[in-house]
Amino acid sequence: MNYVTDVAALARKDLLLELRAKETVPAMLLFVLSTLTIFHFALPHGASHVAALGLLWVALVFTALLGLTRAFVPEREQGLMDALVLAPCDRSAIWLGKVLAVLAFLALAEVVALPAFAVFFSGIDGRTVGAVALADVGIATVGTLTGAMAVAGRARELILPLLFLPLAIPVVVGGVGASAGAGGRYLGFLVLYDAVFGLLAWAAFEYVVSET
Amino acid sequence: MLTARNLSKRFGAKRVFQRVDVQLDGGQLLLVTGPNGSGKTTLLRVLAGLAAPTSGELTLPDRSLIGYLGHEPLVYRELTPLENLQLFARLYRVPEGAERIGMLLERFGLWEERHQRVGTFSRGMQQRLGLCRVLLHDPQLVILDEPFNALDAAGADLLDGTLEELSERALVIATHDPGRVERFVTSRLAFG
Amino acid sequence: MTAIRLPQLAAAATVLLGTSIALIFFYAPTDADQGLSQRIFYFHVPIALTAYACFAWGAWKALLYLWKRPEAADLESYVAIHQGVIFGSLTLLTGSLWAKISWGVWWAWSDNQLVLFLVLFLFYSAYFMLRYSVDPGPARANMSAVYALFGVVLIPVSFLAIRLSRSFIHPVVFTSNGPQMTGSQFLVFCVALAGMLTLFATFYQLELAGKRLDADLKELRELLA
Repeated sequence: MNYVTDVAALARKDLLLELRAKETVPAMLLFVLSTLTIFHFALPHGASHVAALGLLWVALVFTALLGLTRAFVPEREQGLMDALVLAPCDRSAIWLGKVLAVLAFLALAEVVALPAFAVFFSGIDGRTVGAVALADVGIATVGTLTGAMAVAGRARELILPLLFLPLAIPVVVGGVGASAGAGGRYLGFLVLYDAVFGLLAWAAFEYVVSET
Repeated sequence: MLTARNLSKRFGAKRVFQRVDVQLDGGQLLLVTGPNGSGKTTLLRVLAGLAAPTSGELTLPDRSLIGYLGHEPLVYRELTPLENLQLFARLYRVPEGAERIGMLLERFGLWEERHQRVGTFSRGMQQRLGLCRVLLHDPQLVILDEPFNALDAAGADLLDGTLEELSERALVIATHDPGRVERFVTSRLAFG
Repeated sequence: MTAIRLPQLAAAATVLLGTSIALIFFYAPTDADQGLSQRIFYFHVPIALTAYACFAWGAWKALLYLWKRPEAADLESYVAIHQGVIFGSLTLLTGSLWAKISWGVWWAWSDNQLVLFLVLFLFYSAYFMLRYSVDPGPARANMSAVYALFGVVLIPVSFLAIRLSRSFIHPVVFTSNGPQMTGSQFLVFCVALAGMLTLFATFYQLELAGKRLDADLKELRELLA
């Protein structure tokens, strides 16, 4: 029970920080719309619906990357990671709180991105929305962990894409497959990814942020 | 409370300190002195449990009993003092958190500004809020790294008064200005 | 591994590899379809399997480091993964050569093994970027260990993903599984595999010894300074 309230307090803190700063979510929204616009010009005439869907997933992954780069900035810029790590709460609660906040940011970006895609290109069906939701979980869990790693070193904005993108490849496969209607097993695969990497990230976060 | 034997710390090939022994119980104050960059901060971080020593034995109390103030006040600048302390009161499971928060904010002269973003505060005020955060959960082991540095005159007096009250706890203080705490010091460690 | 002496390992590696090269070119039967070029298979697959072994060993040392915290395990994990990237690059190279020789293209997305190695190559290269960006110490060792564990989990997950992606992205054109091996082919394959694994063990011990010497030297310099 304590764990749950810890997570809630931490997630609330992250959402409050974003509400005050108003930096990350507006940037994500603008980024995803600009990217979709660029994709219109990048797709040749007569390009299939599946090609456009593929580009949607590219846009989503890179928009998520933008948000993730900002996720740990308050903690590292002001040394606050120390304060959180010192607290007697489970370190994985820090991770989970952050994951919930990142999920919220992703959801806000997609609430704009998906309708925009439907308007610019072609319709979105329930399968795509489901795939996006499942993919978000994988992206948030793995992205938060690699975000904490990236921010501990020097070239943080440079290194996060390098750490994150190879891990995101399976998500893209599952996502594109599911939205292209290639079968329910792509959604199943996303569930597998979320479970395996979510568990691993949850268990490993402690070691990423604390030395002792 | 705190026992350290033959502690050493290295970053790669660079040795920061070695053969450090500490024995600290309630009512004692360890004074750590030395020039900047001599390893004081690293030692304090190790004693707080933030950094792992390279070798040696270290026995620390539970995390809930340790309070640490580093060079940074460690408070969120986009949040208000109240929101900051509420978060930490929650994480440290402080009983009767609201009262304790109110009491500390009043003591350190921040009650009026409790709804303002910390980013608008002066450095001295932020440091005072940092002290509130450290004392919030009534720690038994208090570790302060250059606490008087960023404090304004009023804050320094408040800290003096607080040290009187903390005389029953175990304290580790690193400072350039040992005069202020001289009367409490029971053991010393000189760096550099 | 640590009990085995370096000269013995090097000798064993030389013998095994020499034998396997001889076997590959003089003993192994010529493939009916692909002719001489098929012999690259005897290099390519053992190298690939050795790379997997490197990453698995690196992950094992990483787990040991997080669990019991012996300081040596961090260096051992790093060296194993470093070797893994080297063998991985060789896998990509030999795979690309094989694709060119067999099918006339430098890269075949339909080769699941090859694509998996590309993904792993990207992942473990990022491992090095991570290590370079953080100062040496317990923090860097912890993070490297966690990332190494993620890598080893990524291997099966990626493989599944690549197989899934085949069915709607890329048409199945070439089959890339090794041929059904006859007895003599299997013998050559096993010798080559043993040779590669011993080579890994040799390089692993060599690099470890070199890095440890490096670290000792640095410490000595520090002490004297």
